[in-house]
Amino acid sequence: MEYICEVKNISKRFHTINNETKAIEDISFKIEKGEIVSIVGPSGCGKSTILSILAGLEKPSGGEVLLNTQSIGFMFQKDQLYEWRNIFKNCMLGLEIQHKDTEENKDKVIQMLTKYGLYNFRNHYPSQLSGGMRQRAALVRTLAIEPDLLLLDEPFSALDYQTRLAVGNEVGEILRREKMTAIMVTHDIPEAVSISDRVIIFTERPAKIKKEYIINFEELCKDRTPMNCRNTQAFGDYFRQIWGDLDYVEK
Amino acid sequence: MLKNNNDKKNNTNTNEIISIEQQKFLQSVKREKYFIRTVQILIFIFFITLWEFSARFKLIDTFLTSSPGAIYKLIVKFVEDGSLFKHLYASSVETFAGFLAGTITGILVAILLWWFEKLDRILDPYLVILNSLPKTALAPIIILWAGMGFTGIVVTAASISVVVTIMTLSTGFKSVENDKIILLKTFGANKFQILKSVVIPSNFPNIMSVIKVNIGLAWIGVIVGEFLVSKEGIGYLILYGSQTFKLDLVMMGVFVLAVIAAIMYFFAAWLEKKVIKY
Repeated sequence: MEYICEVKNISKRFHTINNETKAIEDISFKIEKGEIVSIVGPSGCGKSTILSILAGLEKPSGGEVLLNTQSIGFMFQKDQLYEWRNIFKNCMLGLEIQHKDTEENKDKVIQMLTKYGLYNFRNHYPSQLSGGMRQRAALVRTLAIEPDLLLLDEPFSALDYQTRLAVGNEVGEILRREKMTAIMVTHDIPEAVSISDRVIIFTERPAKIKKEYIINFEELCKDRTPMNCRNTQAFGDYFRQIWGDLDYVEK
Repeated sequence: MLKNNNDKKNNTNTNEIISIEQQKFLQSVKREKYFIRTVQILIFIFFITLWEFSARFKLIDTFLTSSPGAIYKLIVKFVEDGSLFKHLYASSVETFAGFLAGTITGILVAILLWWFEKLDRILDPYLVILNSLPKTALAPIIILWAGMGFTGIVVTAASISVVVTIMTLSTGFKSVENDKIILLKTFGANKFQILKSVVIPSNFPNIMSVIKVNIGLAWIGVIVGEFLVSKEGIGYLILYGSQTFKLDLVMMGVFVLAVIAAIMYFFAAWLEKKVIKY
């Protein structure tokens, strides 16, 4: 099996004047090429820290990360479109930074905008678009640099419920169609189950891996879209199991 | 998607026949606009007329207040012999030079402080104190140091705006949303690219408001500078007028300044619209 990313015994501590916080303790996992993996855990458990470490934005305190990637794409909770750039220029941002803003790549971005229904809005500014369209534009911006690993940090949680379902469904389909490798952090169990091939459950801080589920919807075969998944019997079972694992206690 | 639908609705509305209620609404908006503009003009006319009449019927002492008629006559005289333009030109050049020097220095220092975060923390108390110091108090010293003439006046004008520019922009640069910077880092951006692609453009609105404030501050510096040294300029006219008890001359200087202030305000507003389109 070809692994895109291998995490070995990672730990992370944060230091402040008053104390030291253990965010992550001894986490190891491997991600196969083409796999979509979700990380679910209680809020504030250090899920996002793992993504920052994978993206090279933060150094782990211990352990090592082996990456077999050319470039990594990162999607945030908010779309982070730059309000002073129009949609097309926003989508060109990554390519510009990497000095790859060639005519060929410009055409490619235009094609992607067309594909995701944003072509007519390419000269609009972000403030003129709805939340769902903005998040799609953010996806185009991320995919434009042709990442071979996609890191998604609660990418839909800033959207309202209906948009969230629609965009989640859309993005899930795109990831599967383009055979992307992706790691998504979320606290939304249905979202994790409907989109991913595997769900990793983290414990409370300091985060450790509590359990792992291979998500398999046999009955759907090739017709696996996030929306269809939500209608199956298995979906409900996964939900109940994961909810049980999270062992939610109100503080 | 919602917003999109609204846009479409608006677009089709303009093509369709406008309903009577919509027409009435548009008319009332227009009427209100005209009403406000009319009242604004009337206030001006009323004030000028009142001033002129009080002067003519000796209700006020024109030695102290001058009168619109006298000011007008003086302006005509100054325009005819060309001296108004000479003074205006001198002051404008000084203001423009002072404004440019202050604003550009301020922006560059703010960038430096953003780049070297430790330097920012070291200099912070000095900037705070310099900022709360009334800069006009320094004008006599600056003029002695920089020269009793054009340079001195320009440096005075620049010094008034430079500290507040540094303070405003360095705060603006520091408060760029962190995730916007992280996004660039995930693309592998270096520090210069972060500065160029997010820190400066996200501060365009701040830079514009600094520019607007600085034009006004540069004028303050120039007038103060001209009060202290100079043989020409609007500040010189005002000071000369008051020392020789020619209140017409003083009032004319103030009037010219008001006109210039209005022109600059509209220019800055126009520039802001041009630069910030989103």
